[in-house]
Amino acid sequence: MSDPILSLQGVNTNIAQYHILQGVDLDVPRGAVTMLLGRNGVGKTTTLRTIIGHWRAHQGQVLFDGQDITRLPTPAIARLGIGFVPEDMGIFSDLSVEENMILAAVSGPIDSTRLEWLFSVFPALETFWKKDAGTLSGGQKQMLTIARAMIEERRLYLIDEPTKGLAPAIISTMARALRELKDQGASILLVEQNFAVARALGDSANVMDDGRMIWSGQMQQLSTDADLQERLMGLSMEGQ
Amino acid sequence: MNTAPDHTPTMARMSWAERLSPYAPVLLIIGLVLAGLIAIPSTSSWLTLTVSGLAMGMMIFIMASGLTLVFGLMDVINFGHGAFVSVGAFVGVSFLLMLEHMTGAPSLALNLTAMLVAIIGAMLATAAMGWAFERVIVKPVYGHHLKQILVTMGGLIVVEQLIIVLWGPEEIFITRPEALKGAITFAGAALEKYRLVAVGIGLVVFLAMRWVLRSTKIGLIVRAGVENGEMVEALGYRLRLVFVGVFLAGSALAGLGGVLWGLYQEVITAHMGNQTMILIFIVVIIGGLGSVEGCFIGALMVGLLQNYVAFLEPKVALISNIGLMVAILMWRPMGMIPVVKAK
Amino acid sequence: MLHKLLSGDMPRSTVLAGLLITILICLAFAPFIFPGVRSVDTAARICIFIVLVASYDLMLGYGGIVSFAHTMFFGLGAYGVALASTHIGRGFDAILIGSVAGALIAALLALMIGLFSLRVRAIFFAMITLAVASAVAVLVSQMSGLTGGEDGLSYKIPRALGPAFKFADGTLMGVKMNGKLLKYYLIFFSCLALFLLMLRLVHSPFGRVLLAIRENDFRAEAIGYRVVHYRVAATCISAAIAALAGSLYAIWLRYVGPDTSLSMEIMIDILLMVVIGGMGTMYGAVIGVTLFVLAQNYLQGLMNIASGAVEGIPILPDLLNADRWLLWLGVLFILSVYFFPTGIVGRLRQGK
Repeated sequence: MSDPILSLQGVNTNIAQYHILQGVDLDVPRGAVTMLLGRNGVGKTTTLRTIIGHWRAHQGQVLFDGQDITRLPTPAIARLGIGFVPEDMGIFSDLSVEENMILAAVSGPIDSTRLEWLFSVFPALETFWKKDAGTLSGGQKQMLTIARAMIEERRLYLIDEPTKGLAPAIISTMARALRELKDQGASILLVEQNFAVARALGDSANVMDDGRMIWSGQMQQLSTDADLQERLMGLSMEGQ
Repeated sequence: MNTAPDHTPTMARMSWAERLSPYAPVLLIIGLVLAGLIAIPSTSSWLTLTVSGLAMGMMIFIMASGLTLVFGLMDVINFGHGAFVSVGAFVGVSFLLMLEHMTGAPSLALNLTAMLVAIIGAMLATAAMGWAFERVIVKPVYGHHLKQILVTMGGLIVVEQLIIVLWGPEEIFITRPEALKGAITFAGAALEKYRLVAVGIGLVVFLAMRWVLRSTKIGLIVRAGVENGEMVEALGYRLRLVFVGVFLAGSALAGLGGVLWGLYQEVITAHMGNQTMILIFIVVIIGGLGSVEGCFIGALMVGLLQNYVAFLEPKVALISNIGLMVAILMWRPMGMIPVVKAK
Repeated sequence: MLHKLLSGDMPRSTVLAGLLITILICLAFAPFIFPGVRSVDTAARICIFIVLVASYDLMLGYGGIVSFAHTMFFGLGAYGVALASTHIGRGFDAILIGSVAGALIAALLALMIGLFSLRVRAIFFAMITLAVASAVAVLVSQMSGLTGGEDGLSYKIPRALGPAFKFADGTLMGVKMNGKLLKYYLIFFSCLALFLLMLRLVHSPFGRVLLAIRENDFRAEAIGYRVVHYRVAATCISAAIAALAGSLYAIWLRYVGPDTSLSMEIMIDILLMVVIGGMGTMYGAVIGVTLFVLAQNYLQGLMNIASGAVEGIPILPDLLNADRWLLWLGVLFILSVYFFPTGIVGRLRQGK
C-alpha cells in the first residue's frame, strides 16, 4: 500500500474569529478518487481551501507527497502540481474561453493533443472558444473550470462540488469527464453532494461534521449501508 | 375562466438603446466633439481646441492609467500618485536642462533624442521610487482602504517636501525643444506642434498598454487578477510579483505623464502632482476604477470638455468637469466601463 | 457631575487626564497666564481648531468616513460671518445670521454630497469630496466681486468685542478689561460648549450606531439601521459644527481669505492632527491640535537653529530648514498610522 499523496493531520483553521476546522485528519491515496462528504457548512470547502493555501491552518500539518506545505503560499502549492476547481468556479469573465485555458496552462503553450481530448469530453468548449467566459451558461462555466484544471496533468486534483446546480444531462457529461480523468490514474479529492456521482466515482469516502472527520472508509461500504448514511449525514442518500 | 396573464414568449428585438449601449462611451466622445463644433463659432478655433483637448486628455490618461490599474488589480488606492507625476517632471526637466545644447538645436532628431533621454530618465527614477513606495508605504496597509488613503497622502506630502529640498522651492521654467515650438497651420487653424506630439505619444502608450493586456500572458494575468486574484494564485502565478510590477509600471507612466505635462505647461512646481490629482481622480471615477479603456475615454472627455468650456466660459471650466463626473455617475454609478469583480 | 459633563467619556489614563486638565486651564486663563498678542492668538486658534478637528473625528473616527471637504465647510462658516458683517454691517445680529446661514448651507451641501456619493464606494466619496472642495476653492477665488477673491474680505465685528470697549476699569493681573478679552472668552466658551456637545453626541444612541456601522456596516444594515441615513446625518452634523468653528475663526481674525480658510493645507493639517492625536477618541483632537499648533508656532524657530548648526553639510540644512517642518510632520503622520493607529490618546490609554 503506497503512501498517500496528500495527508492532513490535525488541521485546525480559523476564518476571522470562527474556528471552522477543528482537527481534520485525511489521507488521499494515489491514483484514486477520494470523496469528501457531509452536510452543508461542515467545513468541506474550508478543508480544500486550506490545502491550496487560501486559508492557513494555525495548527496541524498538510503533507503533499511527504512535503510539508502547510505554510507555503498558494502559488507555490499550485506549482507543485495541485489543480484546484473551486466551488464558485473562479471563471475570469472578462477573458475568453481560450484565454482562460491559456492562463491555466502554466507551464507553457497548450498541449494540442490534450486540448483535443478536452474538446471531445466538453464539446461546448470548442464552440465557445473565442467567446468571453462571462457569457457562458452555468453548466458551460462549470465545464470550463474543470477543463482548466485538466489542461495540464496535475499530480492532485482538488474539486469542489462540480455538479452543483447543473441539469442532469450536464451532470453526466461532468461525471464522464471525471471518470476519464480517473482512468488516466489521476489522484482526486472530490467534494460532492450528488450521491449518485459520489457512488459511481468514489473509491474511498470521508465524512465530515462540525469541522471534523467523523468517518473514513471505502465508498462501497458507505453506499450499501443506508443506516450508516443516515447516522453520518442525517439522511439516507439513497434515491438522490 | 382563465385570468392568468398571457405568457406567450415574445421575441422582441433589442431596442436601439440596448444595441448602442456597449459603444456608448465612444459615442459620447464623438458627441462631445460634435457639440463643440456646434457651440464654437469658428471652425478653426474648434480644430485648435480639439487638438488641445485631445493632447491634454492623452497626458491625463498617461498619468491616470497607472492609478486605475493599481486599484483594479491590487485594490490599493494611492493618493500619493501625484508625487510620481511631480518627481517625473523634475527629473525629466533636469535632464532636458542638462541637454540644452540638444534641445536648443533646430534639429527634430536631436530634440526628440533629448526628450527620449529625459523621458527614460524620468521613468526609471519614478519606477525606482515606485518600488520603494510600494515596499515601505503601501505593502503594510494592503486591504485597509482608510489607512491607504491616509498613508499615501502622507507619502505625497513627504515627497513634495523632498522635491523642495532637492530642487529648491522656486518653480522651474522650461521651454519646449526648438523644433517643437510653434504651430503648424491646418485648415486655417493653428495646431501647436508639441500638442500633436503629445497626442501621438498618448496614442502609442494606449495602444501599447492595450496590446500588452490583450495579447501577452502577463496581460492576461493582470486582467484575470483584476477580477479574481485568488484564482490566479491558485493557478500558480505569484500575484505579489505581478502587483509590484504593475505598481512600478503605473509609477513610470505617471513619471512620463509628468514630463509631458511639465513641457505642456512650460513650468514645473513641487505641487503640480497634487494639482493634477483632481483631474486624475475625476477621470478615473468617470472611466471606472480598473478599466484602461474607460480611463482613456474619460481622459479624452475631460480634456476636450475643459478646453471647450475654457474657451466659451472660462470661469466655469473646473466646475464643468465636476458636472461631467456627476452626470456620468448618475448614468452609470460605477463609471462608464465598470470592471467585473469577483469580490 | 464630571461624569455627566463629559457624557461618560472619562480620560481613562492619568497622564491623559493630566494633559487635558493642563490644556484646559491654560486655555481658560490664557490671556492672564500668557499675555501678549501672539500667545493669546495661539490659544484662540487652538480652541477653534479643537472644535474643527473634533468635528472631523466625528466623521472619520466614529463614522469611518474619509472626506476632504472639511475645510470647505469651515470656509463656509467663515465667509458666512464675513459676508454678513460686510453687508449687514457690524453687530451681533450679523454674526448670528452669518453663523447660522453658514452652518445651514454647510449641512445642506453635506446632505447633497452625502446622498449622492455615500451610496457608492467609500473611495469614490473621498475622491469626490476632494474634487468638490477644490472646485469651491477655485470658485471663491474667482468670484472676487462677492468674496473678495484672492485678497479676501476684511470687516468689522461688534464694538463690544473690540479693544476700545472697556467693560471694567483698571486691569486684572496686568490685562486690560476690554472687548478683546470678551472676544477671547466668547471663542473659548463657544468652543468648550461645542466640544462637550460632540462628546454628548458620540455617547448617545446615535453615536453608538455610528460605531456599529464603522465596525461592520453590513451587519448594522441587517439589524435594521439604514446605514446611509446615519452616515449622511453624521456628515451633516460634522459639517455644521465645522462651519460654526469657521464662524468663530472669522470673528477672531476679522479677515477671511481662501488661503486662511479654504486651502488644502488646512485639510492636510486636520488629517495630521486627528491621526496623531488619535482617531475616534475626541480627546485626540485636543492633544493633536495643541501639539500641532504649538509645533507650528514654536518648533520652526528650533528648526532654524538646528539648520544653522549643521551649516556646511550637504542636504542636511535644507532638511532641517524651518519651512520643511511639513516634511517631518508627514513622516510622523505616516509613522502614526502604522505604529500608533490609535494615536497619542490611544497609546496613553493603553499604557495607563
